[in-house]
Amino acid sequence: MASRRPPERDIAPVAQRIRLRYARLGRLRFSSHRDFQRALERAIRRAGLPIAYSAGFSPHPKISYANSAPTGAASEAEYVEIGLTEERDPDAVRRDLDAALPPGLDIVDAVVARTSDFASRLEASRWRIELPEVSSAELERARDAFWAAETIEVERMAKSGLRKFDAREPVVLAEVEDGPCAILTVVVRHVTMSVRPDDVLAALRSVADFEPPVPPRVTRLAQGPLDLATHAVGDPFAPDRGD
Amino acid sequence: MSAPVTERPYTQPTDDSRARLRAGRELGASHFDRLEPLLAKVTKPIQYVGGEVNSVVKDWEAARVSWALMYPDAYEVGAPNQGVQILYEVLNERDHLLAERCYAVWPDLESLMRQAGVPQFTVDGHRAVGDFDVLGLSFSTELGYTNMLTALDLAGIPLHAVDRHGDEPLVIAGGHAAFNPEPISDFLDAAVLGDGEEAVLLISQVIDEWKSEGRPDGREGLLLRLAKTGSVYVPRFYDVEYLTDGRIQKVTPNRTDVPWRVSKHTLMDLDEWSYPKKPLVPLAETVHERMSVEIFRGCTRGCRFCQAGMITRPVRERSITGVAEIVERGLQATGFEEVGLLSLSSADHSEIADIARNLADRYEDSQTSLSLPSTRVDAFNVDLANELSRNGRRSGLTFAPEGGSERMRKVINKLVTEEDLIRTVTTAYAAGWRHVKLYFMCGLPTETDDDVLQIATLAKEVIKAGREVSGRRDIKCTVSIGGFVPKPHTPFQWAAQLDHESTDARLAKLKDAIRSDREYGKAIGLRYHDGKPGIVEGILSRGDRRVGRVIEQAWRDGARFDGWSEHFSFDGWMASADVALQGEVVDVDWYTIRERDRTEVLPWEHLDSGLDTEWLWEDWQDALDEVAVEDCRWTPCFDCGVCDQMGTQIQIGPTGVTDLPMPAIPSN
Repeated sequence: MASRRPPERDIAPVAQRIRLRYARLGRLRFSSHRDFQRALERAIRRAGLPIAYSAGFSPHPKISYANSAPTGAASEAEYVEIGLTEERDPDAVRRDLDAALPPGLDIVDAVVARTSDFASRLEASRWRIELPEVSSAELERARDAFWAAETIEVERMAKSGLRKFDAREPVVLAEVEDGPCAILTVVVRHVTMSVRPDDVLAALRSVADFEPPVPPRVTRLAQGPLDLATHAVGDPFAPDRGD
Repeated sequence: MSAPVTERPYTQPTDDSRARLRAGRELGASHFDRLEPLLAKVTKPIQYVGGEVNSVVKDWEAARVSWALMYPDAYEVGAPNQGVQILYEVLNERDHLLAERCYAVWPDLESLMRQAGVPQFTVDGHRAVGDFDVLGLSFSTELGYTNMLTALDLAGIPLHAVDRHGDEPLVIAGGHAAFNPEPISDFLDAAVLGDGEEAVLLISQVIDEWKSEGRPDGREGLLLRLAKTGSVYVPRFYDVEYLTDGRIQKVTPNRTDVPWRVSKHTLMDLDEWSYPKKPLVPLAETVHERMSVEIFRGCTRGCRFCQAGMITRPVRERSITGVAEIVERGLQATGFEEVGLLSLSSADHSEIADIARNLADRYEDSQTSLSLPSTRVDAFNVDLANELSRNGRRSGLTFAPEGGSERMRKVINKLVTEEDLIRTVTTAYAAGWRHVKLYFMCGLPTETDDDVLQIATLAKEVIKAGREVSGRRDIKCTVSIGGFVPKPHTPFQWAAQLDHESTDARLAKLKDAIRSDREYGKAIGLRYHDGKPGIVEGILSRGDRRVGRVIEQAWRDGARFDGWSEHFSFDGWMASADVALQGEVVDVDWYTIRERDRTEVLPWEHLDSGLDTEWLWEDWQDALDEVAVEDCRWTPCFDCGVCDQMGTQIQIGPTGVTDLPMPAIPSN
């Protein structure tokens, strides 16, 4: 009689954890987090990396993701950690994995994990929000109204239902630049109901009737520890590099 | 009906429609920058952006013949389609040819594209479909017809082939539904029956020659060249005349130099056509995420309801080494975690045991699962499933007895006895499988309530046997029921389809019979659809050219994505059919629930699947007499006509190779 226990199998333990910074750019910014997960797992297999698996009936590759940018937003600073059964040179892993992923999903940095509190180092994000067909004067007016407010309540549909939260307080920096179009750069502290660029735009609409005529192009430029004095977002890999 | 799309800027495309949609760009230019702002406003935008691993964008100028290959359903259904992927590779491997893919856009994007004047596009190069030489559509099912009309309209291509006079793409249909293309013949320039690999190359060659000669006699000249090959059907070169009672009187060529009948294509020696080599790896989630390999084509089991088994004869196997090569190369190229061994009845491959054992050995330690989707009811099949699930969870195993009663199974020629089934599921439950899924059909010819109620009896016996052998109470059986739709080129092509009210009544009785059983009822799951969608599929399957008006009317009234229950509207289709068939002696019932007799000219009789009509009729009579027919792989030929008519023969092993060399895969 067959047993219902998972089959006995040699589960190779994790010998090395590698942290990767990746970018999701151009048309592939429309991929969802789940889309990226599948793409990465397959790229790992194509690249022939010795990925470790969990035990049990349906073994899963040992991959853990940090908070990911919303679908439709580009990013230059997403983070993921993979567990390998053999030690590898992180630069070679970066190169092989990047080659196995489609252009637009790019592995830009890799370090061997030497510390344990990685997720807590992702304290804040720096976002660039490009607003085609918007003048910088218009944007500045809206930004000033945003800045003047103490709290701005916005709504978003979350998995748990419609949530109301403050989109003003976690924003520590909001700068307007002039380029081919108006550009808003924001630095946002990560809090439980994380404030996304969409929420900042909803807040601008709410306090200043600011309504961009075409969909903005959003890019996460950095994630990492926040310097409260300068509002700089630092490199979360620094402790792993031994810097 | 889903909300009609009100803005229709190009339902009457003119010669300028495609130029306007091109917005001043060169032929073959990308329109992605125009599409991109719309993508922020639609659901699952990733399905429209392309860029999949192993996708190809070739230089437009270097190609002498360009194909837009469309699977007329959503990306998540269309992207894994083997047929499209194979043709995409076959065409793109040739330097002078170019192929890109496109899929149906959902109504949210359709509406935005109309507002912005963005044309139907390919996902590879985001080129306008109207720029290509050919728009090739693969119809696995008739329910994609309305999506074709949306695509033509969005591309700025006139819906009706007779209104295309310039350099619009040739609109060519293939796939199983193309064995009766008459309902969509108004919209098609041509149709191709059978295997596409050689056909697309033949058509490309004819187009290439015609173009290099300076396009003699224009579009008509090209279509005539294609028709003369005898293996491309050009509907406009055939006239259909009707009797006063609505039946077809005759179908005749209206040109002296086109053949009376057009033949299907049959690819011989599958090992010579080792595709797909580098399957696409979609970023978006799709219905099948696996490395699929076709282990053989064709089936001679002779199930009388099965159009696929009838129109893909003879059986042609891929060898064990050929299968292993495709699997290995495909896994390297994709990184897929699952291998699917596809065919119409995979356990029937003459080398299947060796294939299963070798692949299971080879990939045992690589977290790669193997599946055999199409299964038959016998203990050997359970052994195979055990082999393929050495490491994995033994959750569900599927069998398809198709008919509930022994009598019904004789009618449909599915030669499975109740003892076979009980023995098989007993073996499965004993081997640790917990969940058995059984497929049946409802609405088969000669079926009575009692035949369907025996499905409940069978399911209870299955649970009873399973509980005994496993000693457990938590085993399950799911019964899935599909409505039977008679299909062209099958012995049931003459049969009356069961009306949807009777289908629903029969299913309700079955549901009661299962639910009311206190001992077993809770262990049996029942999945079925109501009978209405089958009626629409029925008109589209066995319709003639007059049904084209129904399709167009339904589309104008808003029909889209008819294979999706949330988009499908039976009432909408019936209302559209009433309008479209006004003043005709025929109606929906005439096409669906009416039995045909031997003398009636069927709409697809000028399209040759190789099956001898006399043989089909005799098989239909055998069905009514409950007489079974054997499989010609193991018993003498029973003269279905295919091999004689098509000059083909059965190609089966075994090859004598039982062991494959051990893995060429990189050691992790």
